Amino acid sequence: MTRLTIYRLLVVAAAIGTLEALCLAGAIDRITMQPPHEIARDFVRLLASGRMNGAIRKTLGNAAIAFGMALAAGVSFAALLHGMRALRATLDPLFATYYAVPVFAFYPFLIVVFGLGDVPQVLIGFMLAVVAVIVNTLNGLDRVPRVLVKTARVHRLGRLRMATAITLPFAAPYILTGVKLAVAYALIGVVGSEFIMSRGGLGYEISFAYTNFENATMYPLIVLILVISIALNAFLTAWEKRLLLRRGQR
Amino acid sequence: MTEAPHVTLRGVRKVFAGTGATSPVDALGPVDLDLAHGEFFAVVGPSGCGKSTLLEVIAGLTPVSEGTVAFEGKPVRGEVPDGVGVVFQEDASLPWLDVTANIAFGLRHSGLPADERERRVRRALELMGLVDFAGSYPAQLSGGMRQRVCIARTLVMEPRLILLDEPFGALDQQTRLLMGDELLRLWRTTGATVFLITHALDEAAMLADRIGVMSARPGRLIDAVETRWPRDRDSRIVEHAEFGAVTARLWKTLREESLKTLGAQMRST
Repeated sequence: MTRLTIYRLLVVAAAIGTLEALCLAGAIDRITMQPPHEIARDFVRLLASGRMNGAIRKTLGNAAIAFGMALAAGVSFAALLHGMRALRATLDPLFATYYAVPVFAFYPFLIVVFGLGDVPQVLIGFMLAVVAVIVNTLNGLDRVPRVLVKTARVHRLGRLRMATAITLPFAAPYILTGVKLAVAYALIGVVGSEFIMSRGGLGYEISFAYTNFENATMYPLIVLILVISIALNAFLTAWEKRLLLRRGQR
Repeated sequence: MTEAPHVTLRGVRKVFAGTGATSPVDALGPVDLDLAHGEFFAVVGPSGCGKSTLLEVIAGLTPVSEGTVAFEGKPVRGEVPDGVGVVFQEDASLPWLDVTANIAFGLRHSGLPADERERRVRRALELMGLVDFAGSYPAQLSGGMRQRVCIARTLVMEPRLILLDEPFGALDQQTRLLMGDELLRLWRTTGATVFLITHALDEAAMLADRIGVMSARPGRLIDAVETRWPRDRDSRIVEHAEFGAVTARLWKTLREESLKTLGAQMRST
């Protein structure tokens, strides 16, 4: 374990410890929040009961679909767009300002069109995630050295094979940055939509627990989302590190 | 009957079109050139004279503005013909593949049986002294070894024409001499025609059967020096009594052209 990791763990432990002390001292009342050790106990109980399995499956399943769609569409679109200078120049300002648009504002419209099922939630997750993949893939493709493109031509690779064998593998570390963001955005999009209007999922369960003052359910679910998000991010960061190390870039 | 040339260039010119802010650049030509089968031909010339453009025109990587290029009697137009291999000056190793996969890159879709592909890769690893680094990634290798990987990747395709654009440009003098020996050995083993671009006169004099001297831009071939070295030669040819005479003749022609380039650069600054 590196010194930096130890420092990070100490910061987290200090934050949890402070929260625990404030709760136990009554500075934070129990209606607002129970002490972290009780949240941890409720977390284990809730998961062991299997009561939330359906909600977990729904949220993670929808987030996975939204992310998968964003990855496939984002990488393909970026690979196509990279060769189309005029269209790229036209769309660049849109990508630059995309995250200034509150995508959740489209949720009511999506519900009107697709109903109260999972589709609007998946679409919100997709809409949030896809541009991160496009922008980062384009960034990677912009950096492919000319000599590698010439190498592809020497080996008489067509456009598709050049993309799959040279340009996209070269851009992989940049695409992975997009993947990290897309995972987070897909999860935010799906959970956020479930908060607003849904009949299931982790966002809905948190919202339901909140309106009914069920702290013993609400906080463990918040912790669960945090754990999932951090675990996915840590896995992708480790993968990215391995990829960059192999290329002598870190 | 005389054998038809392996590569033929007739009246080849290349003009790079200007953009809104820049004027067109008359980069090359007119160039007429014949390369015989199995010949080792080197080109020297002042910086920016169009040497690399000439190589890219022969490779089919750059279309000509005027004239014709033919390889094995067939015109070269817009794409690299089958049987042509190119080694670039810049590092063209693929950083996400290990040495073995880098060397095998072009063979992956060649349609050759797996055992033949493995045989070629193994032989290239041995020829280029890379056996101990077969599982290493380019980032773990020196610049010289990465260049050897790129040469090996070209060799496994068994090209009949090998185009080399200053392949040893980034290497130290000692490694250049040794890589030159390697190149001569490979040239003898494969029997391929070799076209080498270099800025080092001694390298050209040591390696080539014939050396073309290019003028300042737009690059034209203004002299061709035949070395008449034995085919079975190596870097010790520098001790040959005629070696100094060859480099002296190259420099005599090149000096004036280099001064023209230098003058043009100084005028533009």
